[in-house]
Amino acid sequence: MTRYLRLFAVQARTSISAAMAYRANFFIEGAITLIWTAVTLLPLVVVFGQRQTVAGWDEPQALIVVGYFLGVRAVLEGTISPSLSDLVMRIRDGSFDYILLKPADAQAMVSTASYAPWRIFDLLGALALIGYAFVQRGAPPAPADAALGAVLFGCGVLAAYALWIVCAAASFWVVRMDNLMYLLTAVFDVGRWPIDVFRGAWRVVFTVVIPVAVMTTFPAEALLGRIDLTHTLGTIGGALALLVISRLVWRTAIRNYTSASS
Amino acid sequence: MRAEPWRTLRALPTLFRVGVAETLAYRAEFIVWILTTTQPLIMLGLWTSVAREAPFAGYSSNRFVAYFLASLIVRQLTGNWVAWQMGEEIRSGAMAMRLLRPLHPFFVFAAGQAAALPFRSIIALPVAFVLLASSGASVLTTDPMQLVLLVPSVLFAWLIMFALMFAIGALAFFLTRTMALANLYYALFSLFSGYMLPLDLLPPWIRTIAAWLPFRFMISVPIEILTRSHDRAELAAMLGGQAAWTVGAMAIALVVWRAGIRRFEAVGG
Repeated sequence: MTRYLRLFAVQARTSISAAMAYRANFFIEGAITLIWTAVTLLPLVVVFGQRQTVAGWDEPQALIVVGYFLGVRAVLEGTISPSLSDLVMRIRDGSFDYILLKPADAQAMVSTASYAPWRIFDLLGALALIGYAFVQRGAPPAPADAALGAVLFGCGVLAAYALWIVCAAASFWVVRMDNLMYLLTAVFDVGRWPIDVFRGAWRVVFTVVIPVAVMTTFPAEALLGRIDLTHTLGTIGGALALLVISRLVWRTAIRNYTSASS
Repeated sequence: MRAEPWRTLRALPTLFRVGVAETLAYRAEFIVWILTTTQPLIMLGLWTSVAREAPFAGYSSNRFVAYFLASLIVRQLTGNWVAWQMGEEIRSGAMAMRLLRPLHPFFVFAAGQAAALPFRSIIALPVAFVLLASSGASVLTTDPMQLVLLVPSVLFAWLIMFALMFAIGALAFFLTRTMALANLYYALFSLFSGYMLPLDLLPPWIRTIAAWLPFRFMISVPIEILTRSHDRAELAAMLGGQAAWTVGAMAIALVVWRAGIRRFEAVGG
């Protein structure tokens, strides 16, 4: 276990120092983040400019969902996404073989290969947004709710990580799958809205099939102190189940891996 | 490197065939690209549920259905992934091969992307039928003039979109990380093109900016022609704007390309 922690630390250090070599890039990314956040918020501002509530959510509550959305996305795009695009490239040019040869778990190595440290701006933005929403509400969250909200945030990140790993595993079979990442990002975009906004088939798809609701809506409800036990357990259980599934898919994929060079 | 018009024209059918073959060869990838453009469906779910209780700022549920289904069709028909493709080729060096050919890569890439159009239509056609059968059909235009003008309008939209994405792709000659730039472009595009929500729902000052940017002409204008009635002067202004931006976008694309090519030669040689 400590060996892995040391490994992760080394990988993080090299990747962060590589990223800091391009300082201009760091700040450009920060600026882009600001613009993106503004664009993300605009439809919300438009909707709540005309309506008091939408599907039972008022503006501060909806802002908290957006906060969770930005937070989960920041963690994903700061840690997992760059690593997995790295993986797709390695599978294509054959250098993935070297990772398989290393005396450590390939999934652990691959998931922590590369970081995008500027995503810290996104995370700060998410926290600021949630803070602002609670100022608007006029009362901070109860400590227990805040704790549960934080735990479920972790679950949301894990669930998203599992989905990303499944997609990365797909690139073992279909080599030119880099754009799967774009697809995931597009689907994950749903998460900026409370799931109750969607009806019928949409809601089923985004709760069960691609559980975006688990990643943003349910944790936000926990922080608001209005989640029930079923949803809490569903979120935790869903995240764990996804992790197990992704691990199985990953192992099947590895078994079927035939190197690009052979 | 001189691309004579006649030679280019003669090569087009072949380029087109190659493009079709490539699209077929990378089926899975193509389908994933198609699926990434389903955002209008999500927006459709969102806005119709907002408009369920009462019309939202003049938009009834029907109008939202028509708007976002039309948006999906336009996006399907006009989308391309040339920026991503060029970025890859410039980084890997495969672009050098293209420079050896006696055709301007602008046309080669354009033909390649145009070759995907038949396949994109396979996706867009059922959506069009759904649109005609849906509650949104009641707000579609019946003016034959507007229906005819829809064709050049979509064509212009395709050209503007392609030229701008080509320019972004060519930026990979200068920058190592063009994807960040492509993301920024996509953010601006989603907002100012009417892709994320109809432009007339936006605050007035954003609408004013949008009027001067090319994005509106890529998504919103064809949708407006399809879903609203306009007088002749308005139609002329819309298509005129599209034509002007087509020329402008192509000029931008070719200028960036020329500047980039010089750098590429300097590095490679």
